[in-house]
Amino acid sequence: MTTLTNTRLPQDEQQAAFFTNIPWGNVMLWIVLFLLVFITLFPFYWVVRTALSDPNSVYAHADELLPHDPTAFNFQRVLGMIDPTTLVGQDTSRLSAGTLNFWIYLRNSFIVSGLVTFGQTLFSSMAAYAFARMNFPFKDQIFFFFLTGLMVPGIVLFIPNFVLIRQLGWIGTFQGVVAPAFLMSPFAIFFMRQFFLSLNRDLEEAAKLDGSTVLGVFWRVALPLTIGPLLTLALLTFVASWNDYLWPFLVGRDEEIRVLTVALSVFRSQTPQGGPDWAGLMAGTVVSIVPTILIFVFFGRRIVDSIQFSGFK
Amino acid sequence: MAVKVKNSSSEISFLGRLANSEIALGFLFILPAFIGFTVFYAVPAIRSIGISFTEWNLLSDAEYVGLRNYQDIFEDDRFWRALQITVTYVLWNIPLQTVLAVLIAVIMDKVNNSSVLRGIIILPWLMPNVIVALLFIWILDPTLGIVNVFLEAIGLESQGFFGVPDQAIATVAGVNIWRHMGYTSILIYAGLKTIPKSLYEAATVDGANGWVQFLRITLPLLRPVLVFVVVTSVIGSFQIFDTIAVATDGGPSGSTRTIIFYIYQEVFERRFNMGTATAASVVLFLILVTVTVIQTRYLQAGRSDLADYS
Repeated sequence: MTTLTNTRLPQDEQQAAFFTNIPWGNVMLWIVLFLLVFITLFPFYWVVRTALSDPNSVYAHADELLPHDPTAFNFQRVLGMIDPTTLVGQDTSRLSAGTLNFWIYLRNSFIVSGLVTFGQTLFSSMAAYAFARMNFPFKDQIFFFFLTGLMVPGIVLFIPNFVLIRQLGWIGTFQGVVAPAFLMSPFAIFFMRQFFLSLNRDLEEAAKLDGSTVLGVFWRVALPLTIGPLLTLALLTFVASWNDYLWPFLVGRDEEIRVLTVALSVFRSQTPQGGPDWAGLMAGTVVSIVPTILIFVFFGRRIVDSIQFSGFK
Repeated sequence: MAVKVKNSSSEISFLGRLANSEIALGFLFILPAFIGFTVFYAVPAIRSIGISFTEWNLLSDAEYVGLRNYQDIFEDDRFWRALQITVTYVLWNIPLQTVLAVLIAVIMDKVNNSSVLRGIIILPWLMPNVIVALLFIWILDPTLGIVNVFLEAIGLESQGFFGVPDQAIATVAGVNIWRHMGYTSILIYAGLKTIPKSLYEAATVDGANGWVQFLRITLPLLRPVLVFVVVTSVIGSFQIFDTIAVATDGGPSGSTRTIIFYIYQEVFERRFNMGTATAASVVLFLILVTVTVIQTRYLQAGRSDLADYS
């Protein structure tokens, strides 16, 4: 503004004023921001680029930014759409020897994550509601007891849990993979309790006066009113379960119940010595993260908001 | 007929009374969670301590050996090295990650806080560790990885990353900084939002520039959030496993054998040494409790400087 109206200023002085008017601090911040976004997103691009490349050219054309000889061949392989017998006679030295029953692994991941999400969300909400609204002996002591579970490192529990699942004969079964997370998580109870506590009691009292039982109040009043946080919790539980590795790796390595994370690490260990099948591996990676990406696209904002909440537990 | 009606009505009233008896219903509501907690948290935690006093390989009966497992791990060079590697990892991971997260949070606060941006920076945190590890093995491949191709193109030497002992643990830390910095920055950003804007306005009137405002207002008032973030990140960082299991398998030459990986090897690669493995996990737990207590005491987690301004 000043530089335009103040026409009497000499040219170079006008220019100097123009430059000092630029918020250089903000420009710097924008540049840093751009760099950070680039660092965050580039690896994702590189996965897709590699997955779309011809498997035999991945090594020779490592420096090309676009997929070399773009092909859907890797995705077809990973998804079992290519009959292995058709590959006989072709150069397959770059292809993984690992079996690629990705549909089965995808199904297994959905079964495990689905069961864990359903059980953990339901039972944790019930407990959370009891802690928030009901009166029974030792309520606060039991709640505190549950909270101590947040502090124990996973490995302390993994070993005895592995022993227990083994004694039950559940190694290599879905119930073995799902059991430890099915009935509760301390965080889920804590999370839902906060929301039940913040509900307006009047609605619940009104329902009670209208003849609703406590069960009815929980099911028809409290749960519908906390549907937002409930959905958020379910999403976070689903993603955490989907991403879980060590426990399913210990308990569920068998092919029929193997989940995607375990399958990918097995697939990698089966790739040709010295020259992993990167194109196939990256196609498998893309397939595995599709459900997470979908959840992220539809519910990303909800997840971000819930993280901000959980920061203040 | 009349009897039947009477029967069912008394059943209803019994169920009705049960459904309205808060004590019974309260216990019923927490019952599944209580079973889950007891079976998979409380009992295993105690059992872990019990197993740590025995020699046991899952096949024969456990034999009580007192403190010998603890003695064994304290005399085991591999254990001390694992501890040292874990601390090295935490020291690479946490300071850099926290500084970057604060930087991102401040940038979001200053220039752009759209939900698209927040969505993008949270994306890596939603990815499984296994996939993040695979992705970076490829990107950081010593000969063909795009990072080394780029380094050579601009005239720098290519790096071994996961493949050489003196870079492997720092590389693992870098990968996890990539995965967690966005998530951490979201937490810190939420903390930034709680700082009253009037403080900055008053400081501007008094002539304090942006940097001074950051040091004198933002950082001190952010302390409770920062302590929370650092404490939880340190606890998580001490338990690093997935990335190492997939990317380096503890190597090269044991340079990424962290404490959890050591425990894992005691169980699954050294003939089910359940006693030493649980002893090491109990030691890890005690270390985490100590670190947490020191951090919260030293950094005064509970006290916000906001009180000083009002």
